[in-house]
Amino acid sequence: MHERPRLTPIQINRDLLRSVLETPLVFYVLLLLLMGLVGLGVIAATLMVSYGLGVTGLNHPVFWGFFIINFVFWVGISHAGTMISAILRLSAAEWRRPVVRAAEVMTVFSLLTAALFVVLHTGRPWRTLYWAFPYDFVRGIWPDVRSPLVWDPSAIFTYLTGSILFVYAALIPDLALARDQTTGWRRAVYGVLCLGWRGNARQWKLLNATGLLLSALILPVFVSVHSIVSWDFGMSLVPGWHVHIFAPYFVVGAVLSGVAAVIALMAVMRSLFRLHDYIRPEHFDMIGRLLIVVALAWAYFYFIDVIFALLSNEEAEYQVMKLRLSPPYLYLFLLMITCNVFLPVPIWMFRKFRRNIGIMVWTAIVVNIGMWLERFLIIIPTLQRRHPDAFAWGDYSASLVEITLVIFSFANVALLLLLFSKIFPVIPIWEEKEGHIWKREFRIGKLRLPAIVRE
Amino acid sequence: MPSVLGLFQSADTAAAAADRLQASGFGPTDYEVLTGAPYPEGAFGEDSGDHRLFIFPLGGAMIGFAVGLMVTAGTQLSYPLVTAGKPILGIPPMFIIMYEGTMLGALIFTIMGVIFESRLPNLTNDLYDSRITEGYVGLVVRCEDDAQADTAQTTLTEAGAEEVKQQGRS
Repeated sequence: MHERPRLTPIQINRDLLRSVLETPLVFYVLLLLLMGLVGLGVIAATLMVSYGLGVTGLNHPVFWGFFIINFVFWVGISHAGTMISAILRLSAAEWRRPVVRAAEVMTVFSLLTAALFVVLHTGRPWRTLYWAFPYDFVRGIWPDVRSPLVWDPSAIFTYLTGSILFVYAALIPDLALARDQTTGWRRAVYGVLCLGWRGNARQWKLLNATGLLLSALILPVFVSVHSIVSWDFGMSLVPGWHVHIFAPYFVVGAVLSGVAAVIALMAVMRSLFRLHDYIRPEHFDMIGRLLIVVALAWAYFYFIDVIFALLSNEEAEYQVMKLRLSPPYLYLFLLMITCNVFLPVPIWMFRKFRRNIGIMVWTAIVVNIGMWLERFLIIIPTLQRRHPDAFAWGDYSASLVEITLVIFSFANVALLLLLFSKIFPVIPIWEEKEGHIWKREFRIGKLRLPAIVRE
Repeated sequence: MPSVLGLFQSADTAAAAADRLQASGFGPTDYEVLTGAPYPEGAFGEDSGDHRLFIFPLGGAMIGFAVGLMVTAGTQLSYPLVTAGKPILGIPPMFIIMYEGTMLGALIFTIMGVIFESRLPNLTNDLYDSRITEGYVGLVVRCEDDAQADTAQTTLTEAGAEEVKQQGRS
């Protein structure tokens, strides 16, 4: 990147291993705070398992509440890793280097959290396995693979496994570096994890080829995961959900919330680990440009969804959309559309704002509030009027247990990221060094211009 | 067999040393270049050899597809319960599981491929220096005998190696 300062490999090692080798006081403060919140979530989940789903606000006909909203939200966040990492890697975008690992790791932890909410949602978590895996070998009864509820675990398992492998492959050289820079038991652990990596030309060649291969392979999985999540809704005959546009609409929404979350994560990393030379305003600038396109694409799909429901002459579809666009949901709808498009997009249009990290973080948070509301508006009003002629309409209000578990989910992802940063470098050190190897400067008249040399 | 490691502070000096090694009779496969970050292929005149990494995801995809087919068709045929008048073997829902199985197989086998082709895990105690991850470039020369090791040591020292180590002398 053009603003990258000239740094020696020793400086890069020192800066990027700081989070692993040093433990500032703020780390412990954050650790305690997050563990406290996670602990509250564990208590809430224990209460729910002990007393049953009656402690939640779920009731006929609204059987999907905060848990499923949270599931869809965190699956959406998990799309950041692939979007940032795979696409930028395939397109050889130089600015990807400092952000790829954090984005990939966020994918893993948010997917784990998303999967946890499906398990919690069942109310009897130990029974979840029965639905996802073959059971009852004596009678030979198997789960029905024709159900989208079986597609989901297969897609999430593939994406999670692929993401973990993606993170690990790119981590191997940095584990070797950590082995070389540590002593004692840590050296032994990193030595085992890096598999005896030496850094010869063949290994580097293969690692680069693997990065491209995995990127190319994981992209179709990335698209399939949120498409399949959308089919949890779309395959049903429920008015408001049985919509053909749901798959691309969900994928774009996931990219929007995920990439916005990466902005917040980058800002926290930059501040917490003093990574100002690595995560620079130009990175926020680039992601801001990307987000303009994604947010407008999301708005387009949302507009299509609304228009089709209102003008397709399907009475049930029309009534559900009318409900979403009437008070009290109208206020949430307006807040959502403001958070996702009307507020952030004009801000991202200006370079000055895109390079202002504080503003970018706030817009990222606002977008994620909007995206959470979007999932709420898809699920709750629709279920309240699920059966048009059955006189089984109802309301939903989340209980304290559900609210606690939503807070828990955010704390859980943050805690896992914090612990990861204590064990592994959060910026790929070898990739950062590679960027320095490729960087050259040349003169045009009185100017010295930086450039990236490519084969 | 003895081996010699020369440590160089810059890539240019290491590349010049590699040229000298070749002039001294060592082939491009006789030495290995160790770096802390990837350099463009052939920057040191080394021969990193061919690989078959691209076969692995293909094999993995085929295995994953077969497993996906078995899980979907096998489970449904073993207990053929008609649901909502739908066919027992419906292609669209089966395709999704088979697709995920295919991709999962390809992903797992890609990693297996890179580990296998990179000769990992490497349990040998080959010559190495932790300064390589601090920006030094290491040239490891594998020699036939002690005399060749002496030649390699002299060549690397004359080429500007900051330090030269030997291992495995008889």
